[in-house]
Amino acid sequence: MNISSKEIWTEFSKSKIGLVGISILGILFFMSVLAFVTVPFDQFKTWSDPTNWLSYPKSALPSWINYFQSEKIPEHLILSPTTSSQQIDSIHVSTNSFAVNYQYDGFPSDFVYQYTAKYKGSPLLVLSVLRPDGVEMMLISSALPFSNNNAEYHGMIFSTQNTVAKNTGNLQNKYAFSLDGLSSEKIIFSQLSENKILKGHYVFKANLYDISANSSIEQSHFILGGKVYGMMGTDELRRDLSVGLLWGTPLALFVGITVSIGSVILGLVYGVYAGYKGNLTDETLMRFNDVIYAMPALPLLIILAVTIGNSIFLIVGFLVIFGWVGVAKVSRSMALQIKTLQYVEASKLMGQKDYKIIFKHVLPQLLPYAFASIAISVPSAITTEAGLSFLGLGDPTFPTWGQILHDASTYNAAARGMWWWILPPGIMIAVTGLAFVFMGQAMDAIVNPRLRRN
Amino acid sequence: MGFKRFLVKRAITMFGVLMATLLITVSLVGSNMDSISKQSVALEIRQQVTANKNLLSSFKTSEQLDTYVSNQIKQRITALGLDQPWYSPQRIGLSMYKILTLDFGHAKFLTSDSGSSDVKDIILEKLPRTILLFTTATVIVSVFGIFLGMIAASKVNSVLDKITSGFAIVSSSFPVWWIGVLMIFVFAFLYPIFPARATPDVPVTDPGYLGSLLYHMILPMITLVIVGFGSWAYLVRNFLIGILQEDFIWAKRSVGIDEKDILYSHALKNAAPPIVTILALSLSGSLGGAIITEAVFDWPGMGRLYFEAISVLDLPVIIGETYVLTAFFLVSVFISDVLYGYFDPRVRYK
Repeated sequence: MNISSKEIWTEFSKSKIGLVGISILGILFFMSVLAFVTVPFDQFKTWSDPTNWLSYPKSALPSWINYFQSEKIPEHLILSPTTSSQQIDSIHVSTNSFAVNYQYDGFPSDFVYQYTAKYKGSPLLVLSVLRPDGVEMMLISSALPFSNNNAEYHGMIFSTQNTVAKNTGNLQNKYAFSLDGLSSEKIIFSQLSENKILKGHYVFKANLYDISANSSIEQSHFILGGKVYGMMGTDELRRDLSVGLLWGTPLALFVGITVSIGSVILGLVYGVYAGYKGNLTDETLMRFNDVIYAMPALPLLIILAVTIGNSIFLIVGFLVIFGWVGVAKVSRSMALQIKTLQYVEASKLMGQKDYKIIFKHVLPQLLPYAFASIAISVPSAITTEAGLSFLGLGDPTFPTWGQILHDASTYNAAARGMWWWILPPGIMIAVTGLAFVFMGQAMDAIVNPRLRRN
Repeated sequence: MGFKRFLVKRAITMFGVLMATLLITVSLVGSNMDSISKQSVALEIRQQVTANKNLLSSFKTSEQLDTYVSNQIKQRITALGLDQPWYSPQRIGLSMYKILTLDFGHAKFLTSDSGSSDVKDIILEKLPRTILLFTTATVIVSVFGIFLGMIAASKVNSVLDKITSGFAIVSSSFPVWWIGVLMIFVFAFLYPIFPARATPDVPVTDPGYLGSLLYHMILPMITLVIVGFGSWAYLVRNFLIGILQEDFIWAKRSVGIDEKDILYSHALKNAAPPIVTILALSLSGSLGGAIITEAVFDWPGMGRLYFEAISVLDLPVIIGETYVLTAFFLVSVFISDVLYGYFDPRVRYK
């Protein structure tokens, strides 16, 4: 039982499975850091706020599936502008242009131009497109509402807007086929000879014409609607799943590690105290332990979450309540053995205080076992939390993996074949669990040398 | 300490646990329960008064009516003992006594398929279905797992052993309900072989109900078996390997007893207590069904009932089912304790 931490590490580094576990954990930690760095805290707080996700596509597949298909599905593109401005006589023109190399085998589902204009007076906004074949089309030309003083105007131009549809429909003489009933994006992205997609470089240009030089377009985006988006796709509520999955990592690690460390420390102290004290104290503490041990955990967890609250911190607390029991039992029996060792008895005879003996002589002996138990109890904490969230009893403000799966089942993702919504969260749960199981196995082999013989 | 004393001590502990669980449940839902029962009393009295035309016409003003009604409500509340706070000892004592005698009262919203709102009827209706699915699955899983575990233990470090162990570790990392969602996705929608919802689509009274139920049972059953047998096999393998390292087994080996003989008769006999214990525990655990798995497959058993009761906060059902679940669980813990004590005398002489 006497193993120093250095020995543990040398043993551990020999275990292949343990190293695999550590590496997976390292990747998960890296993902957590990435989540904190790339997705600001404010943005992930708005996970369940639908207005935050308006410019994203609905139920879009991950974009990488295009690599496996001969027919490229149009990607949902949120384009940022290159801005420029020029002076033509007395007219000041500020331009936002959006270039896109369109190489997909389908028409975009729609497009939206979002902008914020700063101006005085009533400038003219003109949206036009330059096609790969050199044809230039004016889509809309409208005067912004008049304002006496400096105004900020938020506006959107939709491909479905009447004016846009009319302007594109008026181009009939350029096309060899009838444009009747075709929506504007199907005309803009079509070849002239037949209604097939025209691939190549498109440039959408928004020009703001004004007599004063103070007007400008700011925060403008051009959204080209498509059916695939990002690394992980989006869900029914237009949320970018990669954000949710990425943020799920630190949350799962937090739940798993806090719960297991909390329960192991609680169980360790409880069990060692009971075992060391013995007699009536031991008997009482262990009966109480039996009571908690025999309680049905999940039903009670559900009742607790429903009646007391479902904040993620409360859930961590509830999980600790049911998690420490096993550790307490084992550490009690280990403490019973250690208590009888001669040096413990010697320090007792020398008048050392009980708590000092427990902390100096008994607990350190149990550390290897404690580490193994921490690693082993992480997966069940993560799956239990995921299960609660899956039932809809988790913390709704945090995008945990269980929460994502809950939303998936609410919107019938399985029935609609939305595998990209179901598979990744479950795999993440399992991979995280596996990392700790592997580490636990490696440590278990160190703590219980008998297992090593096989 | 004799075996009898051991039994008595365990039985007392179990009863204590049952009481403690009940107490916790009652106190957690007590305040909600209180306001709900008060509301229902008020509603009942209002209905009675408005239904009674003679009584209604005897009031001259609406104030008179209001005072009469509120007086009636107060009287009824006192008569029912609801005037005392829900945490008063009498009321908790009374409700615990009622639950102990299996009087769970009537459900607020949920009913059984035959229309009864008696919690006891609802539970008795769901229990056989849960037994049909989960207990059958547990039996299949354990038989299959024990068999595979023995083979793996007899050929440690063989390919089969490594596959079994690997499969056990990986399969136990996935949440069962997620595998369920996946199975529904693959076998109900991608390849529509089985129905997605496990609830039979014919009424209970139909003669084809049982057949339909069995057909709907296949997918959840396959899921449970796939997820479950790996860890069983792994467990049995580890028990056996642990025993195969014992000195008495080495002694038998040195005498020259056949390795197969050692495994199947000597080692297995010694591995029996923990295996039987776990079997008893998982059989009884299967009675409660799995709340999340049943919710995923929409299996009309105990687990889904619990989930439904929670989602509409049907407190009598919640309390009744918690009681039944805990009771089953405790009885099995007790049985496994007894079995363990019987097989392994060290336990009871500790």
